[in-house]
Amino acid sequence: MEKRVVFRSSWLPYLLVAPQIAITVVFFFWPAFQAVFYSFFLQDAFGTQSQFVGLANFAELFRSESYLNSIRVTAVFSTLVTVMGLAVALALAVAADGILRGALAYKTLLIWPYAVASAVAGVLFAFLFAPSVGIISYVLRGMGVDWNWVLRGEQAMLLVVIATVWKQISYNFLFFLAGLQAIPRSLIEAAAIDGAGPVRRFWTIVFPLLSPTTFFLLVVNIVHAFFDTFGVIDATTQGGPAGATQILVYKVYYDGVKAADLGGSSAQSVVLMAIVIALTVVQFRYIERRVQY
Amino acid sequence: MADISLHAVTKRFGDNEVLHPLDVAIGDGEFVVMVGPSGCGKSTLLRIIAGLEEATTGEVRIGGRRVNEVEPKDRNIAMVFQNYALYPHMSVRDNMAYGLKIRKLPSAEIDARVERAAGILELGPYLARKPRELSGGQRQRVAMGRAIVREPAAFLFDEPLSNLDAKLRVQMRLEIQKLHRSLGTTSVFVTHDQVEAMTLADRMLVMNAGTVEQVGAPLTVYDDPASTFVAGFIGSPAMNLVPGRRVGDGVEVGSGLEFPLPEALRSTARAAVTVGVRPEHLVVSSAGSVAGPALAFRVDSVESLGADSLLHGSAAGASFVVRVDGHQAPQPGASLTLSPKPGRVYFFDTPSGRRLAG
Repeated sequence: MEKRVVFRSSWLPYLLVAPQIAITVVFFFWPAFQAVFYSFFLQDAFGTQSQFVGLANFAELFRSESYLNSIRVTAVFSTLVTVMGLAVALALAVAADGILRGALAYKTLLIWPYAVASAVAGVLFAFLFAPSVGIISYVLRGMGVDWNWVLRGEQAMLLVVIATVWKQISYNFLFFLAGLQAIPRSLIEAAAIDGAGPVRRFWTIVFPLLSPTTFFLLVVNIVHAFFDTFGVIDATTQGGPAGATQILVYKVYYDGVKAADLGGSSAQSVVLMAIVIALTVVQFRYIERRVQY
Repeated sequence: MADISLHAVTKRFGDNEVLHPLDVAIGDGEFVVMVGPSGCGKSTLLRIIAGLEEATTGEVRIGGRRVNEVEPKDRNIAMVFQNYALYPHMSVRDNMAYGLKIRKLPSAEIDARVERAAGILELGPYLARKPRELSGGQRQRVAMGRAIVREPAAFLFDEPLSNLDAKLRVQMRLEIQKLHRSLGTTSVFVTHDQVEAMTLADRMLVMNAGTVEQVGAPLTVYDDPASTFVAGFIGSPAMNLVPGRRVGDGVEVGSGLEFPLPEALRSTARAAVTVGVRPEHLVVSSAGSVAGPALAFRVDSVESLGADSLLHGSAAGASFVVRVDGHQAPQPGASLTLSPKPGRVYFFDTPSGRRLAG
């Protein structure tokens, strides 16, 4: 059934959506347009002069070793965040779905981290893992691990991945739990009678039926790892050591704000924009098809 | 194939005992229907047999083997669910083959069994389809196919027809009957529909509030209901059950309508006795020609069902339903004299609801 409000006045509907449109224009379209615009210009260090250079900023980007490194770092980072975040959340959701007593407390505790801001989570983990004073560092050293992410790139990467995953698990957990609860009990029982043990039931029945949820979360987590992890990185490693955790979105900020390369930074934003558009298209295309098995 | 026996089985959820101690014996190859209103424990009992639910106390045996501690997959039973429980991401063929693949049968054998089941159930053209591309009746058949290919010791059916429309239900009822005749596998069928119970069962178990009220062949249960519950539940429309008072050698109902008690029951009948007569056992007769009790019946309303008509009305202040031929129904307001067919009046002890026995 179609439910539609019909306005007699011609300007009222526009007035009602105007605030939303204004916000979108000011905070999204205008900066996006500016990024595209500046990506074609080269500016001097003081921002007083700019010169049209066409696609030179883009060409420069893909020749730059530090940018290519940032792409590699981003690929490793987003893969680790997505795979670990999904796997841990799914395991927790399966466990939570199975328990009867105290289920609410368990679920509430698992959802809590989502309420913590990225930067706060970053600071929290920076302290926990701080080489000199962190309690986890203390334990790690006790176990003979040479823990110092300030100097060691792979440990810095591990730290930002853990901080990001810790926060993202709540979100993934919620969706997986809802997905699991949407699977009729009788399907699991039918498989049990058909002879499938718990592990087999999970891989042949539950996991395939969760695939729409998994796919949705896959895209959302990649997008998250690409774009929403600025706070975590800035609060912990700030891209270091030596660019080991400098993901693309952090490099945009670093080059634009710290290094005052407005044109190059804008070109990087345009590339990121293209990536997020592509991911969104993939998500809509495939989700529409995959939802019905 | 195998027999199934339950010995002193109970089921408790917390403090709530949903099944009181039950003893049930189901013979090899028998088709037993467990029938009762919702919440009577029939599905729980079936799930205990399947192993999806644990009996709180008592023993379950399948083919003579105690199975209380045996996983559902090792009980060699197949179950058909009310919502079919087909695997939505698998084709019809894969749905049927799933259990066989897990049991690691050779693939030629799997194909042969699936083809054979598809042949029996006329599913041949649909083997490549997904469940969502099938109608309700076809899905129901796939669910049965999945049970058949396993060649189990017993089939368990959990209200498998209640999601189908009336016409399909009749058709599937006949198919299940035919299937059982040709396969001869022990079957336990749960339903709340007394028509399904009457038509399918070799024997039926009438359940109420966690106990078995009566076990017997459908016609035996119909002819000799053991309690007011069974009398009211089996048979459609339901038996007229009218509370009465013991008066000398008879039972008085309403204001002055007396049913004579058979001699055998006179010693057991106490003060409060319920009289039961089925609507189809009340016969319209002309006044004065009646040997037994004559009911001066006033028709309040008439329901025409085509072949029959149901007359709702009262006699001596008590309500009755009477079934008459569809074309000889009187108008509302008419007065008739009714008499029960000889031997078709039932007497129950009112407080306990049990049938009076001599």
